[in-house]
Amino acid sequence: MKRERIAKSTRSTWITLGIVVVAYVIMQILGQAGMLTSLVKGLLVPLCTYAIMAISLNLTVGILGELSLGHAGFMCVGAFSSAFFSLCMKETMAAGPRFFTALLIGIGAAALSGLLIGIPVLRLRGDYLAIVTLAFGEIIKNLVNVLYVGRDQEGFHFSMKDSIALGLGEDGKVLINGAQGITGTPKDSNFTVAVVLLLITLIVVLNLIHSRSGRAIMAIRDNRIAAESVGINITRYKLLAFSISAGLAGMAGVLYAHNLSTLAAQPKNFGYNMSIMILVYVVLGGIGNIRGSMIAAVILTLLPELLRELQDYRMLIYSIVLIVMMLFNWSPKAKEWREKYSLRRLVSKIAAKEEA
Amino acid sequence: MALLEVKNLGISFGGLRAVDSFEINIEKGQLYGLIGPNGAGKTTVFNLLTGVYKPSDGKISLDGKNITGKGTIEINQAGIARTFQNIRLFKELTVLDNVKVGLHNSYTYSTAEGIFRLPRFFKVEKKMKEKALELLKVFDLDQEADYLASNLPYGKQRKLEIARALATGPKLLLLDEPAAGMNPNETKELMETIRFVRDTFEMTILLIEHDMKLVSGICEELTVLNFGQVLAQGKTQEVLNNPQVIKAYLGE
Repeated sequence: MKRERIAKSTRSTWITLGIVVVAYVIMQILGQAGMLTSLVKGLLVPLCTYAIMAISLNLTVGILGELSLGHAGFMCVGAFSSAFFSLCMKETMAAGPRFFTALLIGIGAAALSGLLIGIPVLRLRGDYLAIVTLAFGEIIKNLVNVLYVGRDQEGFHFSMKDSIALGLGEDGKVLINGAQGITGTPKDSNFTVAVVLLLITLIVVLNLIHSRSGRAIMAIRDNRIAAESVGINITRYKLLAFSISAGLAGMAGVLYAHNLSTLAAQPKNFGYNMSIMILVYVVLGGIGNIRGSMIAAVILTLLPELLRELQDYRMLIYSIVLIVMMLFNWSPKAKEWREKYSLRRLVSKIAAKEEA
Repeated sequence: MALLEVKNLGISFGGLRAVDSFEINIEKGQLYGLIGPNGAGKTTVFNLLTGVYKPSDGKISLDGKNITGKGTIEINQAGIARTFQNIRLFKELTVLDNVKVGLHNSYTYSTAEGIFRLPRFFKVEKKMKEKALELLKVFDLDQEADYLASNLPYGKQRKLEIARALATGPKLLLLDEPAAGMNPNETKELMETIRFVRDTFEMTILLIEHDMKLVSGICEELTVLNFGQVLAQGKTQEVLNNPQVIKAYLGE
């Protein structure tokens, strides 16, 4: 019984990683066989991006127990900082090390902004984090929209007005062009890179949960006063969880930015709607259930795209699926049913029959 | 020298003097009771001792070390652990993990070692688990190690809370109404557990309790609190026969 428990959490981690690897192999085979439409091919990287976002947000919402309503903001920070770096280094660095450095920069920038927000806010009790992150997401998006950065032989020029105000020399080039964003980011990410990053996210989050720090974080979630009474540093672990979560969102941003030739901060990709969308993945996949939020992100990103042919009925079906998923995950009857017809039960039943 | 020495402890909330010139000396290995009518300030004393509230005046020393005004975490590390009047477990964690959280500061490895599963993670986790199961066994909870804490029956939740407090390796254990909500049989079992904890861990225990049977059954000395002030102090039987104490409890 002793050994079983450690094995249980480890086994669950392996199953989750296995699902990703199997899905990757299947998609690769289908791709090689030419059975994927260009629509689906184009969706592969975004699917991984949103899965990473959902897992990262679940760390904040499900494990730390704090609400973040501006998770797309951290993604935005990661996307723009890394895309800016890649664009600057386009000619001077090889693709591999350039993307790796961009990844570190994106994660670092997002984790740092998470830390800076967390230091004042996570000391408070209550829903302050939700309010502040909501504002942060909008501020970052709007800030990026009025940011102009250019480079000529004299170095970098910044402006918050327009590209002419940069006063660039003759050989000058605008790198970040306000609302039009960053154009010409090298396309360094692909499906394989995306899956590797997704696997890294899963390993980091799942291993964190099943370690000493993870237990401390969940203890704070379950009972703050008791956690303090057994000597757990509340602020430290809250900050730790939140900056890891922000850093992972930044990583999703890096992936997102390097999959597009033009990166612009619009309400659609980095706004409030996206943050809420990610929260929907987390809630429907199960708060605190890492594997569930990943699967929910994939299904709910894929579905509206695949239903495009149905036009007007698209959103109707989408909303029905949302309701069904919610019922399936949360209603007591559905839980009972799942327990009864779970794969493990079926397998053991068949085994029992064969023995008899 | 006494393990816990409290001198002239007091706290005011606005104009309300919740605890006033509270004094107590608890020797090592003693089973000490803190009693008093509702609202007398017993839990406030616990909160002062564990650093939840900062005292307005007075001095608290544990084992000769001054811990007055220190934070909760520091005080826990100095050697005071507590349980709560209304049980506060980590409900969504397993019974075993609850105790492991208690072991948080005695068995350490860094977050990075945990995430990247470095050798130290496996080594420390293994020791942690052995220690946690050992503690659970003492409280007869080892069979339920994999249960979620919220699925335990009430009496066992109380026990788990004590096990978790002991996991932090305290010198002094504070129990806030451990028998609250228990039936006579459970209370009797609890009394044995408390005595057992004192004997096996050589623990010093200070407990708040309303159940007089429990108090007179296991406490060696008592302090009676009334309106934030010490009404009587001394050997249990003497204190319980004190006319002033009887008056405070039963009225005139």
